[in-house]
Amino acid sequence: MTTENTTAPVAIKRPLLTPFNVIAGIIILIGLPLTYLRFTGGLGAVSNLDNNNPWGFWIGFDLLTGVALAAGGYVTAAAVELFGKKEYHSAVRPAILTGFLGYSLVVFALLYDVGRPWRLPYPFFVSQGVTSIMFEVGACVALYLTVLFLEFSPAALEWLGAKKLRRVVVRLTIGLTILGVVLSTLHQSSLGAMYLIAPSKLHPLWYSPYLPIFFFVSSIAAGLSMVIFEGSLSYRNFSDIMDEDHRKNRNRVVLGFGKAASLVLAGYFAIKVFGVALGNHWHLLSTPYGLWFLVEMIGFILLPCFAYAIGVRDRNVKLIRWTALWTVLGIVLNRLNITLFTFNWQLPADQRYSPHWMEIGISVFVVTIGVVVFKFIVTHMPIFYEHPDYKEAH
Amino acid sequence: MSTSRRKFLQWMVAAGAGSTVVKSASAHEHFKGYPDSYGVLHDTTLCIGCRSCEKACNEVNDLPAPDKPFDDTSVLETKRRTDAKSYTVVNKYDVGEYAKGPVFRKFQCNHCLEPACASACFVGAFTKTPEGAVSYDASVCVGCRYCIIACPFDVPTYEYDEALTPRVMKCTLCEPRLKEGKLPGCVEACPMEALTFGKREDLITIARERIRKYPNRYIDHIYGEHEMGGTSWMYITGAPFEKLDMRTDLGVTPAPELTSGALSLVPMVIGVWPVLLGGLYVISKRKERMAHDEKTSAVKEAIDQTQADADAKLKAAMEKARKEKETAVEKAVTKALADAEKERGKEDK
Amino acid sequence: MTESIHTLQEFMLQTKGIIYILAIGYLIGFTCFWKFLHRRGNKEDVPAE
Ligand code: SF4
Ligand code: SF4
Ligand code: SF4
Repeated sequence: MTTENTTAPVAIKRPLLTPFNVIAGIIILIGLPLTYLRFTGGLGAVSNLDNNNPWGFWIGFDLLTGVALAAGGYVTAAAVELFGKKEYHSAVRPAILTGFLGYSLVVFALLYDVGRPWRLPYPFFVSQGVTSIMFEVGACVALYLTVLFLEFSPAALEWLGAKKLRRVVVRLTIGLTILGVVLSTLHQSSLGAMYLIAPSKLHPLWYSPYLPIFFFVSSIAAGLSMVIFEGSLSYRNFSDIMDEDHRKNRNRVVLGFGKAASLVLAGYFAIKVFGVALGNHWHLLSTPYGLWFLVEMIGFILLPCFAYAIGVRDRNVKLIRWTALWTVLGIVLNRLNITLFTFNWQLPADQRYSPHWMEIGISVFVVTIGVVVFKFIVTHMPIFYEHPDYKEAH
Repeated sequence: MSTSRRKFLQWMVAAGAGSTVVKSASAHEHFKGYPDSYGVLHDTTLCIGCRSCEKACNEVNDLPAPDKPFDDTSVLETKRRTDAKSYTVVNKYDVGEYAKGPVFRKFQCNHCLEPACASACFVGAFTKTPEGAVSYDASVCVGCRYCIIACPFDVPTYEYDEALTPRVMKCTLCEPRLKEGKLPGCVEACPMEALTFGKREDLITIARERIRKYPNRYIDHIYGEHEMGGTSWMYITGAPFEKLDMRTDLGVTPAPELTSGALSLVPMVIGVWPVLLGGLYVISKRKERMAHDEKTSAVKEAIDQTQADADAKLKAAMEKARKEKETAVEKAVTKALADAEKERGKEDK
Repeated sequence: MTESIHTLQEFMLQTKGIIYILAIGYLIGFTCFWKFLHRRGNKEDVPAE
């Protein structure tokens, strides 16, 4: 076992001209001129953003969806470190890594979206707009990125062989995990709270004073599902470097997280119904927007919830995996509904927003960079296996 | 920038000492805005759609020349909104039975008493000034455009074609001109006095007076008196406001109130979560330890048991051996004695 | 049913009433769901690869 671990990352030489590398290379080559265009021609040159629709695909997908899907880090860390679910230990590192990369990409994508990205530190160091929900989001994301970096650092330090420093960081684990959950609770919910200021623009079925709670609860479901989903993707691509513990506990993680996700989705569905009741919006359910709302509620919350439950009951790992993807799509749909599809619902169709291909192109570019970095890290650092020198440490 | 630093110091001191440095006000107060602040009243029944205000605004703000000249009224045929090159636009509306001809409405920043844009901006680029203007400071703006999302009146616009120094663009209430003692450009230019500049309170009185005097001419409502907590720019019309594309479903809640609940949850999460999560951690740790203890004690017991069993066996064996030995010795002794006796008897005989 | 509401009190009377009923329904539903989720299917334990 030990020999297998030490040799795994080194021994496996991956060929350079794989289809993955070629496609990634092409996407990055397209991304560079788009970047140039964005920073020489302004937002108007690469996007369909306008005065009625100041936020588009980048905020909807890169920011709101990205942050929700990067929730696996805090969810897994909390389950293992705080709730004592040690059997999921092998899932922590990959989840923290994807969380860290996810958040880095969110910030990276924001550099394209905001008008003067070099001023992003301004809210903290120059002029503090503390009445803004976005101030809170910014502060929490910045701090959480630091926390994720520290949580991730043991893997990097093991790779670098910095034993002393690693020991210091590892001792902080519990504190960091708690801080991570606090910060995640705050900013996951606040991304929803950002829309509280615009009740006249967001469709009433999606607007609710509960928005922050909806966002927080759905982020847990998103996090759990992403861990399952990424787990199966990683297994397909990196099973050769996974250690025994990882392989053995893989299905245990799937079943446990599937069960948790099922329960969370049940609660999420209920509070969304309470939201409709709170606003007394029942009559809107029979409108076209209402039907769309029901598609999201039933097709992407309730059904995945049951599919998870059946999968868990029948020990059907495959069903759970597919349901994870289904749930993730549901979260994507919810975030896009709020940012794009039902925002400005009262405007005539010709004033509504649809993304420019270059906006999507830049988002794809950003995600690709993330995947490439992920690949580099997992093939070099102890993510899917434990470093032989630190085995006893857990 | 220096104001912000001063404010920050003020907060620090207040947080540390709870002293009286902070301005006092309690959360339940009904904030009425700055007293004696200025505003404008737009009476659409007087507006003739000449676009003089648009022209004046363009000039006093040094905005780029428009595609079509300002005296070309054909632009009124399409609905327009403000953009980065125009802080104000006049639109034409057909209101049916409410007026003989078309009705015109001028549109620009309403200079809210509690501006949504200011509440939303994470660098505090917007300030409601005591004079009434909601002013914007491009020197701190990051360009996130959250203010544009937030504004319920769809006012602020953005320089989407500016690569490096894009700004949010909106009506300034001609703040620089007011400082010089001049009227806002658009107000001064209006040939029909459809725009009235003055103290907000006085404007409300004027509007009420007009509505009272000519009840058939006006709808009995001053738009902006209470909308979104009230605005400095107000409107009276002869047709229902919806007919003039003015939203009547905005409510009277000031924008900052929409997010204040969520914001006040922040300290609660910070306060309660560590306690709760820490507690869960302790519990799970304890469970783990108990499980561990139980296991070890069970093992120990098992070992003890075997040990005891072994001891007992050993003891029994030893006892047996001892007894056997004893008996053997005894036997030997008795035998020896008996032999000796025999010997002696033999000898005695 | 189409009568309109004129006071906040009346609005809250209606919405909060509905929410209490929904809440009870939810608690019952959730309990059933919990039972469903934890009832073992025919297959036992974590499947191997
Ligand atoms: S109208 Fe819009 S831009 Fe003007 S002060 Fe109000 S919220 Fe701000
Ligand atoms: S775009 Fe500028 S002014 Fe508007 S909210 Fe963002 S930082 Fe503030
Ligand atoms: S007040 Fe000044 S900036 Fe505003 S619309 Fe009138 S002229 Fe333009």
